[in-house]
Amino acid sequence: MTQLIFNLFNGVIIGAFYALMALGLSLILNLSGVINFAHGGFLALGAYLAYSLMPHIGFWGALVAAPLLTGLLGIAIEWLLIRRTYGRDPLYSLLLTFGLAFIFEDVSRYIWGAQSVPYQIPALLSRPLSLSYFFITGYRVFMVALVALAVAALYLLLTRTRIGIRIRAGTHDLATVATLGVNVRLLRSVNFGLGVYLAGLAGVLAAGQLGLQPTIGTSLIMPSFVAIIVGGLGSLPGTLLGGILIGVASGITSVYFASATEAVIYVMMALVLLVRPRGLLGEEGRLQ
Amino acid sequence: MTAIEEPGSAGRRAATSRTPGAAVHLLLTVLIWILLATMPLWIDRVGGYTNLATRVLVTGLAATGLNFLLGFTGVLSFGHAAYFGLGAYGVGLTIRYLVPSTLLGILVGVGVGTLAAVVIGFLIRKLRGVYFAMVTIAFGQVFYFIVYRWNAVTGGDDGLSGWRRQPLDLGFARIDILGDQTAFYYFVLVWFALATAAMWLLLRSPFGHTLIAIRENERRARFLGIPVEQHIWFSFVVSAFFASLAGTLYALLNNFADPHSLRWDKSGEFVIMAVLGGMRSFWGPLLGAAIFVVLQDYASSRTENWMSLIGILFVLVVLFFPRGVLGILGRRALT
Repeated sequence: MTQLIFNLFNGVIIGAFYALMALGLSLILNLSGVINFAHGGFLALGAYLAYSLMPHIGFWGALVAAPLLTGLLGIAIEWLLIRRTYGRDPLYSLLLTFGLAFIFEDVSRYIWGAQSVPYQIPALLSRPLSLSYFFITGYRVFMVALVALAVAALYLLLTRTRIGIRIRAGTHDLATVATLGVNVRLLRSVNFGLGVYLAGLAGVLAAGQLGLQPTIGTSLIMPSFVAIIVGGLGSLPGTLLGGILIGVASGITSVYFASATEAVIYVMMALVLLVRPRGLLGEEGRLQ
Repeated sequence: MTAIEEPGSAGRRAATSRTPGAAVHLLLTVLIWILLATMPLWIDRVGGYTNLATRVLVTGLAATGLNFLLGFTGVLSFGHAAYFGLGAYGVGLTIRYLVPSTLLGILVGVGVGTLAAVVIGFLIRKLRGVYFAMVTIAFGQVFYFIVYRWNAVTGGDDGLSGWRRQPLDLGFARIDILGDQTAFYYFVLVWFALATAAMWLLLRSPFGHTLIAIRENERRARFLGIPVEQHIWFSFVVSAFFASLAGTLYALLNNFADPHSLRWDKSGEFVIMAVLGGMRSFWGPLLGAAIFVVLQDYASSRTENWMSLIGILFVLVVLFFPRGVLGILGRRALT
């Protein structure tokens, strides 16, 4: 029983990462039609930046600064490269971000080494909260809480602020939004930066839990794709739901059939595609 | 249409006698076959080696197979490494555990890869564009994880070794494709010739014309009563069939099945080869594969950071050569 709770809890944590990463991917995909394959690279970069900043500004400082820097880099890359693929066949944006993913992984390996680096989390957070459930450390609760906070902040941003409302309007009909006088180029840049910021945040958190090596990004990006597909294209609540669902599913599977831990999420994806191709909360007509 | 050698438009051209495009294409085809047939004779002199030539051929076959779907049906698959890798493991596992026969191994490898494509193609036949791409990437990883996790049988991360391609026994003659690299090159060339001929004929058939119609305007094709989903499914299977054939030959070349041969980065490499060479032309992917393989061979022997170079190549192709080498040449040839 304890083992089941342990793995269920682990599943929620890993699902929270998937969700955080997939939300960033979804934001970019919905507004700009770009599958950002370099998202994993941004995640790794966020984590490594935090690692390098920590000796100077501490864990809390790095938690604030690293995702912001990652987001700024995202805006720079969008401005220099990604923007040139808008309106072209999605093939090109995918290839471009594929190439960026290669470069990110290689550059992280070059700067920080291929081995995993020691990533310190504050002693305050690494203590277990309860003796009988030793696996519930402060850090794990903290992560889940922070992801929840980020999701709530994103919700408020998208529903209460001018820019958020414009982003949501743009995902439905970008041409009309442009006609109404909104600077769409700027909107897409900001939106890209926001998505990458979420990846950076996920990276800073994930590194404390999963360890930090150059491949951390690529190992998290595939499940994020699955999260989007299961949850439904075009739906942010769907993405969130999809992330948590597949996290919990792989957590439970690891108890009963450990070698299928990764495969189970793809089985879920196949089932969803078979029964409901647009995903659990996906909008109709998004497939075309 | 500026493509110099689009099989589907050959019929249109035939009616208006030979166009410069068709002539250029014929010239190109003859040139390519002369080069391929003589490659083992001169590759050493230009700084290559026979196995590099074979790798160009095998990778070119995979890229050409992918392009059947990408360039001629207009459907974005980013998961073809899965079928390539299934072919590789199919042949490796067969020779290692079942029968020491090269041909039977190829048969099993291609069978396994194609079967997987039949199932996955059925699941995704209704999806389009970005969504199709994303689902193919995700499905591509399933087989990677299976191979990675099923250590006892597949060798896991270390890959499947402990087997070798077997000499061919044709009854009347015995061909030593194991010891003689040049013999193996020609063995692969025969497969390459059969596969490209089959694809060329398919593209010139009514089926191929229909695929190009779907690529050009899916809605119009649908209004004409064409069962679009079924065609895309079938095109997907054909394309994966040739990718898994290439995978079996790749494993035979190395006497080794590599888990990385079915990972996402490999899928991306096949796509960039098709785009780099020109995905609207039949021989584009082969040309792209040749450039890519030679570049990778050169870079990986000089620097540890060749992955960055490959990444930069991706970026440069997207920004500056989106039509590919033959796309650019084709435009020149027609003007």
